[in-house]
Amino acid sequence: MEPKTYLENSSIISPIGWDTRENLNSVLQGRGGIKICKDRSLSPEELPAALLDWDELGKRFLEVNGKENPKHYTRFEKAGILSVYEALKNSVLDPADPECIFILSTTKGNVELLDHPEGFEKERLFLWKSAEMIADFFGIKSTPVVVSNACISGVAAMLLGRQMISSGRCSHAIVLGVDLLSGFIISGFQSFLSLSKQACRPFDSERDGLSLGEAAACVILSRQNGGVELLSGSTSNDANHISGPSRTGEGLLLAIRSTLRRHEMPGLISAHGTATPYNDEMESIAITRAKLSEVPLNSLKGYFGHTLGAAGIVESIINLEAMKRGLLPATLGLSSMGVSGKINVSNEIRTGKPDTLLKIASGFGGCNAAALFKLLPWN
Amino acid sequence: MELRKNVRIAGGEVHVQGEALFSHAEKDFRSFGRSLYKYLGISYAKFYKMSALSQLGFLASEILLKDFENSVPDPGEVSLVLANSSSSLHSDAIYQESIESKPSPALFVYTLPNIAIGEICIRNGFRGEGIFFIQENFDKEFIFDHAKELISSGHSTLCLAGWLEMDMEGDYLADLSLLM
Repeated sequence: MEPKTYLENSSIISPIGWDTRENLNSVLQGRGGIKICKDRSLSPEELPAALLDWDELGKRFLEVNGKENPKHYTRFEKAGILSVYEALKNSVLDPADPECIFILSTTKGNVELLDHPEGFEKERLFLWKSAEMIADFFGIKSTPVVVSNACISGVAAMLLGRQMISSGRCSHAIVLGVDLLSGFIISGFQSFLSLSKQACRPFDSERDGLSLGEAAACVILSRQNGGVELLSGSTSNDANHISGPSRTGEGLLLAIRSTLRRHEMPGLISAHGTATPYNDEMESIAITRAKLSEVPLNSLKGYFGHTLGAAGIVESIINLEAMKRGLLPATLGLSSMGVSGKINVSNEIRTGKPDTLLKIASGFGGCNAAALFKLLPWN
Repeated sequence: MELRKNVRIAGGEVHVQGEALFSHAEKDFRSFGRSLYKYLGISYAKFYKMSALSQLGFLASEILLKDFENSVPDPGEVSLVLANSSSSLHSDAIYQESIESKPSPALFVYTLPNIAIGEICIRNGFRGEGIFFIQENFDKEFIFDHAKELISSGHSTLCLAGWLEMDMEGDYLADLSLLM
């Protein structure tokens, strides 16, 4: 029988918390991290975004790094290191175990160095180099693996970890998702006219685009027991358009069907819910076609913004931790439903005892992903 | 798992199963890519809008899939497992240049490596699994192991797998295999 995959530990570093518990509490208290950003180096115009507190992050990094390490780290690497450090703190895993692999999920890594190299060598632009810097910090022996699949990267990276464990290629996987904001990323989304003028409003009738966010999040996957099992998952492609989601939700529907094959109906759905008109509409159609309209669903983008390569990991962790407390997080920013498919979404916290979570995501390149998690009975 | 066909494109030359198929005096990808496109007799307007990385992937996939059109099973079961070292840095540098004047959405969309997977899926209607890895060097064993898992687990019946690199200097290497 194939080994099962469990979530052994996690961490989230975001504008609304420095560890999983702080982030969960912020979400449950309805406190989002999207603020008006006036930083001209990020955008010529003011825009709402969820930015990390870099002064505080710098201090925390110094404490973790110590004074002896002569290496210099980029912002991206610092956020990643802090997140892995936090996840390992209460873990039994020895990262130097040769059976442990490190998987980095990111869309753009150190891309800001293209414009401002800040004394870092050109090699740091390569995502495998960033992964190596982070892995070396922890003495991880195996060659790091980097997944770069647009906005499904985080979900795809967790599924890869599961696959590598179940096929016996490793016994543990440290899966880290990180993306930061830069003029590069913000100008790109602005050019697509996909940014909202206000904090994003997932599934709302007046939603007008997404808000971007910064985060680093880490899960430790293990073939030994943990409180949550990663049951199954799948990715798929719309084969329709490189920047627009399929109108019929066909690709996402395929990923959901493949993930739920041989499993019961999920108790909660963590949607991608970016708050762009097309994404949310497409998701609502895919959910309806998958006959999951009655299942409680949320989008956490109103709290964190769209954290790109970290999003799938952040949103899975928050929902699973809330479920352990018998709570279903609210969709911040929603006031009146504005999608044509039928979905069970609420702007208030709900109580319930679901034990399975379906995480879904979609991204540029027509990619879609779904993953199914199960809380184990002793939670 | 069986390797059915391999294509390698680098330095102005194309090799299929190790045998020379096509070469062009101009190694520069812009010129070479267009002449290969013409040589293959393809008519697909979207080709000209693609980034160099996506064009390279597109051309390699066209050669790989030729003569296999009828043996492609359910398009929902065709997967792509690609890797490279430079991600989309070749396109990133071009987009970065455009920011000063006017950021271009047509350039920005190609600043993700997995767009190359999307283009191949759109062309062929493939809807299966897709993943893009970034590695310092082509770790063929890792890539093929992943493809093997997709096939043996029943997620996929056919997989396009391999290396698809376009570096910041415009040097390129595609080494793609058709696995069943």
